[in-house]
Amino acid sequence: MNYIQITDISKSYSDIQALKDLSMEINAGSLFGILGPNGAGKSTLIKILATLVEPDGGEVFINNINLIKNPRKIRELIGYVAQDIALDKILTGRELLDFQSDLYHMNKKEKYERIKLLINQLEMNDWIDRKCGTYSGGMKRRIDLAAGLLHLPKVLILDEPTVGLDIESRNIIWQLLKDLKNDGMTIILSSHYLDEIDKLADSLVIIDDGKVIAQGTPSQLKNKLGGDRITLKVREFSTHEESKKISEILSSINGISQIIINKAQGYSINFVVDKEKDLLTKLKVELAFSKFEIFSLAQSQPSLDDVYLQATGKTLLDAEISMTGKRDLKKESKQSMR
Amino acid sequence: MELKQYNLFFLYQETVALTKRLFIQLKRRPSTLLAGILQPIIWLFLFGALFSKAPEGFLPGVDSYGNFLGAGLIVFTAFSGALNSGLPLMFDREFGFLNRLLVAPLASRLSIVLSSFFYITILSFVQSIVIMIVSFVLGYGWPDFYGLGIVFTTLILLVLFVTSISLCLAFVLPGHIELIALIFVINLPLLFASTALAPISFMPNWLGWLASLNPLTFAIEPIRIAYTQTMNLDVVALHAPYGDLTCKSCISILFSLTVFSLIIIRPLLNRKLN
Repeated sequence: MNYIQITDISKSYSDIQALKDLSMEINAGSLFGILGPNGAGKSTLIKILATLVEPDGGEVFINNINLIKNPRKIRELIGYVAQDIALDKILTGRELLDFQSDLYHMNKKEKYERIKLLINQLEMNDWIDRKCGTYSGGMKRRIDLAAGLLHLPKVLILDEPTVGLDIESRNIIWQLLKDLKNDGMTIILSSHYLDEIDKLADSLVIIDDGKVIAQGTPSQLKNKLGGDRITLKVREFSTHEESKKISEILSSINGISQIIINKAQGYSINFVVDKEKDLLTKLKVELAFSKFEIFSLAQSQPSLDDVYLQATGKTLLDAEISMTGKRDLKKESKQSMR
Repeated sequence: MELKQYNLFFLYQETVALTKRLFIQLKRRPSTLLAGILQPIIWLFLFGALFSKAPEGFLPGVDSYGNFLGAGLIVFTAFSGALNSGLPLMFDREFGFLNRLLVAPLASRLSIVLSSFFYITILSFVQSIVIMIVSFVLGYGWPDFYGLGIVFTTLILLVLFVTSISLCLAFVLPGHIELIALIFVINLPLLFASTALAPISFMPNWLGWLASLNPLTFAIEPIRIAYTQTMNLDVVALHAPYGDLTCKSCISILFSLTVFSLIIIRPLLNRKLN
């Protein structure tokens, strides 16, 4: 059952088009991942779902309620955990949760029970009565998550919840998300961590440059790529011309497909080999015939990074690196300020 | 959780929560409150001392300069507090805490504004009462019961007027640096271009005009009357270049300015908060 339907939404910030006619459907009780590099449009999409940003066009329905027309009703249904944790440093964690529960109009009994339960679930007993200003990153994230869950939302929206967290906090959060999903909560999780989405998500979209470039379950997306992934280098840092020649050789071998020259990784060559055939021996022979020696050859099962690589011609890490310095975070922050 | 019917109780609950948060902040960081009290007290001592040897009859209708100054400093205290009221909101905007409020299903986002009004009004009252007590101890008088009513009514109007402007600036300006800079620029000039420190008769014509159009003056003069004579709303409180204004006229102008400012900021707040 499609609990959330997003149809052709677009959003621009002055000269930047953050989302371009983006559509997706999310099932009730599933954990839905939104994967993409920084600057892909994940946070804009999340902010639209959290009713913080109004799209320029398109429609969003959650539980058949139009998000743009009835944002207040939607706010009853959702819990939101932002990428940048905004806590009041002066309040203690307990005071913050108490404050938050009043904003959701919870009664005293309900409030007391939920706060107590979440403190135990997120292992916050030892520090909940300390001021938020003294918390570590992991503690802040846990209290923020607790605040988002206080009113037992039908949909939990998390924007990069484990960025920069210690392993203990990350594991606690992962476990909690799994438990919440098992209890029937619909969870939307944006991340640029492949393993996080791969391990947690039932289905996902991969976003790049404001567009959906792939959609499905993690296994569907990986299986679409066919056989195993090979990363080949004939020297540590090849030239583009050299890699192009090798790519031509590879394309002449039957059973090798999806050849991509990966510029950011020293012009290494990525391709897929048909599982049914023993192509590596043939490959070595063909390369030797053209006087190329193999510097390194790595074989792996397809990953979500390969899905991204296949769709965009670059790895997620490369996309992150290429975005570094291009984004004006201060400007983006000002643009998203109310 | 079933979708809830929005009602007044929810508005009350969220406004109380938002106001309580501001008071917890104040309790744990009382420096703003203390500075807001200390500054006018220091002024009261220093300015009171500065003109302590002024000839008798130097100021019409008052026994001493301290007696004259008290009303100005009470208003200035409330004005400064209200002018700074946009700062917590600006910090909430900058640090993303406002988003926490905006994703909550508030019965009305007016509660964000209401909580600031309540907080600043109570804070200004506390600060003003301390200044009034110090003035009284220094022998600068105390208003009668009716006069006290006028003092607090006038302060409420002024606080509402200035707070609405400050909240508006907190949404319009890009950051707290700009807001603080603007507060610096307008705070003292508005004080000096009012009748807080000197009557209009002491001022050059142009400054007299400025002072008699300054909203602070419309708050100061009725309070000064409450301090210097038995309160009567029909008594002339301000001898402005454009004519004499009674206490009632001053308060009416202040009331009109307050209503006008609330009407003016409403579309902006709607746009920013909805």
